[in-house]
Amino acid sequence: MDVQAWTFLIVGITFALYIGIAIWARAGSTKEFYVAGGGVHPVANGMATAADWMSAASFISMAGIISFGGYDGSVYLMGWTGGYVLLALLLAPYLRKFGKFTVPDFIGDRYYSNTARTVAVICAIVVSFTYVAGQMRGVGLVFSRFLEVDINTGVYIGTAIVFFYAILGGMKGITYTQVAQFCVLIFAYMVPAIFISIKMTGNPIPQLGFLGEASGEGIALLDKLDGLHRDLGFAEYTDGSKSMIDVFAITFALMAGTAGLPHVIVRFFTVPKVKDARISAGWALLFIAILYTTAPAIAAFARTNLITTIQDTPYTELPGWFKKWEETALIAWVDKNEDGKINYAPGPPFEGKPEQVMVTDNSEDEGQLRGASDDHRRSSASQLDDSDYQSSSVFGEAKVAVGTYGQMLVANEPTDNPNEVYIDRDIMVLANPEIAQLPDWVIALVAAGGLAAALSTAAGLLLVISTAVSRDLMKMQIKPNMSDREELWWARGGAAAAVLVAAYFGVNPPGFVAATVALAFGLAAASFFPAIVLGIFDKRMNQQGAISGMVVGILLMFGYMAVFKLGWFVDEVPPGTDWWFGISPEGFGSVAMVVNLIVSMVISRMTPPPPVSVQEMVEHIRVPSGAGEAHDH
Amino acid sequence: MTEQENATAYWKTNLRYLGILLLIWFMVSYGCGILLVDQLNTISIGGAKLGFWFAQQGSIYVFVILIFIYVWLMNRLDRKHGLSEND
Repeated sequence: MDVQAWTFLIVGITFALYIGIAIWARAGSTKEFYVAGGGVHPVANGMATAADWMSAASFISMAGIISFGGYDGSVYLMGWTGGYVLLALLLAPYLRKFGKFTVPDFIGDRYYSNTARTVAVICAIVVSFTYVAGQMRGVGLVFSRFLEVDINTGVYIGTAIVFFYAILGGMKGITYTQVAQFCVLIFAYMVPAIFISIKMTGNPIPQLGFLGEASGEGIALLDKLDGLHRDLGFAEYTDGSKSMIDVFAITFALMAGTAGLPHVIVRFFTVPKVKDARISAGWALLFIAILYTTAPAIAAFARTNLITTIQDTPYTELPGWFKKWEETALIAWVDKNEDGKINYAPGPPFEGKPEQVMVTDNSEDEGQLRGASDDHRRSSASQLDDSDYQSSSVFGEAKVAVGTYGQMLVANEPTDNPNEVYIDRDIMVLANPEIAQLPDWVIALVAAGGLAAALSTAAGLLLVISTAVSRDLMKMQIKPNMSDREELWWARGGAAAAVLVAAYFGVNPPGFVAATVALAFGLAAASFFPAIVLGIFDKRMNQQGAISGMVVGILLMFGYMAVFKLGWFVDEVPPGTDWWFGISPEGFGSVAMVVNLIVSMVISRMTPPPPVSVQEMVEHIRVPSGAGEAHDH
Repeated sequence: MTEQENATAYWKTNLRYLGILLLIWFMVSYGCGILLVDQLNTISIGGAKLGFWFAQQGSIYVFVILIFIYVWLMNRLDRKHGLSEND
């Protein structure tokens, strides 16, 4: 069987499994739809949370980001795991005790205000849609790379699957499919990692191989990598190039943002008790840590392997994977010094992403042309969060023009620096099995894992959107007297609408997606996180304080992002030297969060304290006994 | 002790636990992984510089352990104050 047959088989089996689970776990009531009936075992919830959390970006892109960023990549590792400590200690048990269904529920009740509820609903929807568009795109990319279908067809297939199990099963269906998806994705991530660790260091455990010696060289792998970086003129791998204050701010924004993401928080409403919510956060982080401690190891292995394989190697002697991924435009080479050898150095080799030169006439000179039967694969040549993706499908007998050594020519304008190679960061995970010469079924497994990661996150986000519509808007504000059955229909309708909107964004990704993923974390950090934490830990916090804090925090974050990331209101995106306090837009969420905290505290002390009933509610959620089940008061 | 006093004492101990655990959380990530990274990088653990290791591996291990310690402390505290959900 070839790779494609294996991929169809393995992806087909996993999809059948997800659908089977969805049919088995149909939701019969709103409680089942919103919080899976509140009876999920903490370990199962931990797995579901891990799958919910780990997106296509975690699975496919993160190791590559670290690989190219070295120490700078640590912000994602610490930021996206440390947030769970905040979640476990400051939010999860208390929100579980509060015992309703959604984050806007808490904000609306705690701050006795439908304005606060509405602000929270808007934040939840913006954050979730931002995210989900990227996931649907991710599904399309995996399909197009591995199954040779058009990227948009991939989005439609993914949409159909999510549509089926999210609408039928609600949170109940999603939870148990996520458990299965976690198993698929972690297995798919670990198998190639273990093989590569053995190959590079002789140690089967990647986390230990990371600390070990490079095979047969008597020098620590990381020292060798630092040496390679020095030789080629890169900053040392273990040193990085971001300023300390920016690393600090980004890590903090990612942590607070993680703890404030509604699709993660809502998972802790699904367990039976307060103590289950606590331990469940522990399990979730443990399962996440398996992947997150493996990623930096893969990053270092792949980086070392990449440099030693390509540097100074004549193009004609490169291994097959280089040429294969060159066809998909994830790798490109321009022979600037015309010596036929690869020269890898810092800086981009040319402007923008590779645009392959297509030759449309049916030249007989096959020697100069390489077949381009896999147009759709090439059209997928963009990163997961790529914002300016343009479909480049070509019909007819188009071929890619090739150069003297058989390399694919690109039309981009070369830069002045000596670097000759373009390498897409997604390569690090996608090409791992081939680089390590693993069997075809492992490659198929990576495809199934990427799909599991993208689908599980998409489903969790869609549920947040549907609940925001059916519960936080319809039930709580517009039509409070509707029956459970009617509310369930609203929830299903909301999920259906959300899936379709997400599919639309997957096919027509908005130009600001890349910027808004960072914005999603910044928004969550600047809005939800302080409002919820203060709602629990500061009994005196009132609606005036919380609402003004959230509004100021969001506007500040949005304004900074608009100017410094998107270049709105100004002539061009200001350079890094203009950043406030030297903090990048990615890290600015932490500043906006601190401003939110200060504004909330000051305003709340200048205005009347919250009603006694609210203060009693705060005391009630601080102690675990009498949590009951998630219920509708 | 009245129910109110009991709850207050429970909350105070809870806040103390949180303070200590979050201090460790801060130290391993922001402390060892970011602020002190250059100093710690002069020390090696296996083949890695210590500061770099904390930033890419060590802090994550400590995070996991912290949550499980928190769970253990809180379950003990719940029982001590008779606030456990099993009672």
